[in-house]
Amino acid sequence: MTEPRSVIVIGAGHNGLACATYLARAGRKVLVLEAAAQPGGAAITREFAPGFRVSAVAHLLHLLDPVVERELGLAQHGLAYARDALATVSLAGERAPLVLSGGSILSGEVSAADRSALRAHAARMQKFARLIARQHGRVPPRLRFDSWRDALPALALALDIRRLGRKDMREFLRLATMNIYDVLEEQFEHPGLKGALALDAVLGARLGPRSGNSVYTSLYRQSGAVNGRCGALALPRGGMGAVTDALAAAARAAGVGIRCGASVESILVRDGRACGVRLERGEELGAELVVSNADPQRSLLRLLGARHLEAEFARRVHNLRAAGNAAKLHLALGGRPQFRGLSAAQLGERLLIAPDVDYVERAFNPAKYGEFSTQPVLEITLPSLHDRGLAPAGREVLSAVVQYAPYDLKGGWAVGKERFLAAVMATLEEHAPGIGALVQHAELLTPMDIEQQFGITGGHWHHGELALDQFMVLRPVPGAAQYATPVAGLYLCGAGCHPGGGVMGTAGRNAARVIAGGG
Amino acid sequence: MLARDHFHRAVCETPFHPRTAALNQLNLWHRWRDHTVADAYFDVGMEYNAIRNSCAVFDLSPMTKHLVTGPDALAFMNRLVTRDVAKLKPLRVGYAVWCDEGGQVIDDGTIFHLRDGVYRLCSQERQLDWLHSSALGFEVRIVEETNDIAGLAVQGPTSCAVLRSFGLAGIETLTPFGLRSYPFAGGTLEVSRTGYTGDLGYELWIAPEHALRLWDELFLAGANHGIRAIGTLALEMSRIEAGFIQAGVDFLPADRAVRVDRTRSPFELDLGRLVDFSKPNFTGRRALLEEHRRGSRYRLVRLDVAGNKPARDAYVYDQRRTNIGVVTSSMWSPAAKASIALASVMMPWGAPGEELTAEIYYQKELKWNRFMARCRVVEGPFFDPPRRRATPPADR
Repeated sequence: MTEPRSVIVIGAGHNGLACATYLARAGRKVLVLEAAAQPGGAAITREFAPGFRVSAVAHLLHLLDPVVERELGLAQHGLAYARDALATVSLAGERAPLVLSGGSILSGEVSAADRSALRAHAARMQKFARLIARQHGRVPPRLRFDSWRDALPALALALDIRRLGRKDMREFLRLATMNIYDVLEEQFEHPGLKGALALDAVLGARLGPRSGNSVYTSLYRQSGAVNGRCGALALPRGGMGAVTDALAAAARAAGVGIRCGASVESILVRDGRACGVRLERGEELGAELVVSNADPQRSLLRLLGARHLEAEFARRVHNLRAAGNAAKLHLALGGRPQFRGLSAAQLGERLLIAPDVDYVERAFNPAKYGEFSTQPVLEITLPSLHDRGLAPAGREVLSAVVQYAPYDLKGGWAVGKERFLAAVMATLEEHAPGIGALVQHAELLTPMDIEQQFGITGGHWHHGELALDQFMVLRPVPGAAQYATPVAGLYLCGAGCHPGGGVMGTAGRNAARVIAGGG
Repeated sequence: MLARDHFHRAVCETPFHPRTAALNQLNLWHRWRDHTVADAYFDVGMEYNAIRNSCAVFDLSPMTKHLVTGPDALAFMNRLVTRDVAKLKPLRVGYAVWCDEGGQVIDDGTIFHLRDGVYRLCSQERQLDWLHSSALGFEVRIVEETNDIAGLAVQGPTSCAVLRSFGLAGIETLTPFGLRSYPFAGGTLEVSRTGYTGDLGYELWIAPEHALRLWDELFLAGANHGIRAIGTLALEMSRIEAGFIQAGVDFLPADRAVRVDRTRSPFELDLGRLVDFSKPNFTGRRALLEEHRRGSRYRLVRLDVAGNKPARDAYVYDQRRTNIGVVTSSMWSPAAKASIALASVMMPWGAPGEELTAEIYYQKELKWNRFMARCRVVEGPFFDPPRRRATPPADR
């Protein structure tokens, strides 16, 4: 007999914790099961070398849902920022680096035309990103709706686009499906500026700047806000784990039970209805509802099993594009590194190795054929400069997102990882001569490692490519885009659902609304 | 498997072709799943009479056959089709339909439970793609074996006697939809009490290399029982009389339809008895449950049509001359002594006993005539002799 109103949430990532908290507040009895030893999923801070701690996967917070942050009282539960608005520094070798923040150039040799184009571009993109952001909190409409209520989100989106005004609406519709390369070529001259903006569009995606859909990913990246500043990039004090620590504290305060070291082996189904889970050690736990924060493929094909789904639906889930391309590099440094042309103050900002848009595209080329970039693009932070708790005194932590590292690397990562690390270090060495000598320990997480360590199929941050064909009503697949799966009593609440990945919490909140409303 | 040079020819011959070709006095052939089969050998009426009055032999080798094995074979079959395959015991055959997720019929066919957990699926259409697509997450092996097995339908009131003379001892105890093996020519002859005629009848399954010997010995055994080779035209007559539907004729396979409203659900094909909602999951279940709750769009009806003109492709009207559907199969039935038809009509029309009208056009010496024929919706098949189910069948 399962307890009435009981819910099991699989996975204590940020969405799972957010969903659990909202459900507990709505009167459900919620138990969150987490495979790892601590809650947080992939949004954790962990020690990777003695005394050195780092955000394990995502390292910059820029999409956290302000509604979730406020409603769950994350600040009261300990979330604070070491920095809430990092500038972006595009490394340019010998030349002085380009430093920008939002729509303005803080330093660098940039023409007046480019400066004014950037202001206009940033303002426009911000406006469109806010439009995207407004969709985040809405449960996607059904493609085949039975009532006007189901159609409302679709109408709201249409209205939002219409309300941009005639000129911007036309521009939005023009840009939405373009590639970022063409957009940048239209507007800018400065190679470093174009490289930096292009990198933002392709981070975490299997896209190059010339790939279709890269304007959408660019808008998505800017759709968040930190402390009210749109598109801002923040470092949580204590690393990304601080976010999930606060979420876990909020969850516990709401009465949620969190059980770590409880890896779910399968979702139990009785008479076509999810009724609980079986843990890897054989223990079975019953619940009225099961909510999975795992990625859609893991949730539906591995934990549930295709046999509980209809053939075409299972096939659609199977065909999701969810192969990761971003690797994560962590360096324990014996001292502060020197980047060419960079002042001491600039070292703490977000550093990009993406000197021009063709460099980014060339880095992407090998990934198309299952090979890693020999000259990768990097997004680098040195969080210990702002947050002394992350490294021993006098030492520093370098955290970098490195692309491209295709999940399905030709020849396999067992062989390729060392060679890729060498290529990454060689690229770093070019921009920061002597950095190699400072390295006391290096950790490189390929998408394969991310899959194995965090249980994310394909090691994709977003639990599936963020693309217009896997967007909103199509995310993760039609038939599960409203968080309910075809199996009664089973829901999804993770990044594989609308609105998508990034440390947001919105998918968890939306799922809880659907479940509490009618689950 | 097919010979490796099969692609040199657009159309293959069946393993019985040397015999069927020798008998085909009309030299009348058509193409069934890329195989040559006879439309008729000498006279369609006489061939039909063999089905209903003596013993008819039909070459059904081109029937698509798939073998499903593996630890998940039963689970796979049960997710595939709408009926409960767990209830199908070994050595039994079951009629089944399978649907897409919209609850629309992809095809119908028969499931042979050959031995515990080993199934053969026989169907009109090729299904390998759908079966493989459906196999995701199941430990099954699916092999198309259409060309590995030759098949003969032996149908009609003397069919049991023919098979006894042929040497199949105890065949009279085989119940409808039963399956049995006999040794033959050093191999195995599988016999099922199945057919597409609505009459007493059997289907014989044999390795292709023994096909001709089977044919020869069978015809020798049937010489005194009125045995006769028949083509598809005569078979078509008997299947309409039996009220059986045919893919591509009475319904459009869902995977071939372009227009969403042109497909049919099992309920709309009068096959609701094959849908078992007590199974927690099968492809199409959600949509069919919804249809069951809301009601269907169409209904398959059997029509007794006035006059003697086949209502070929006729529009069907209600009493107020509203167009409500169309005839999909029609014929003059010698057994029922009536013009009969299968039709698909919109709901709520087509309740048993309802009077409808069929708009029949026929040509006489270059002049087209139009005949608004009264018709009545009848329940059950037009021809359903007790011998179809009798075990043992009467000795003739």
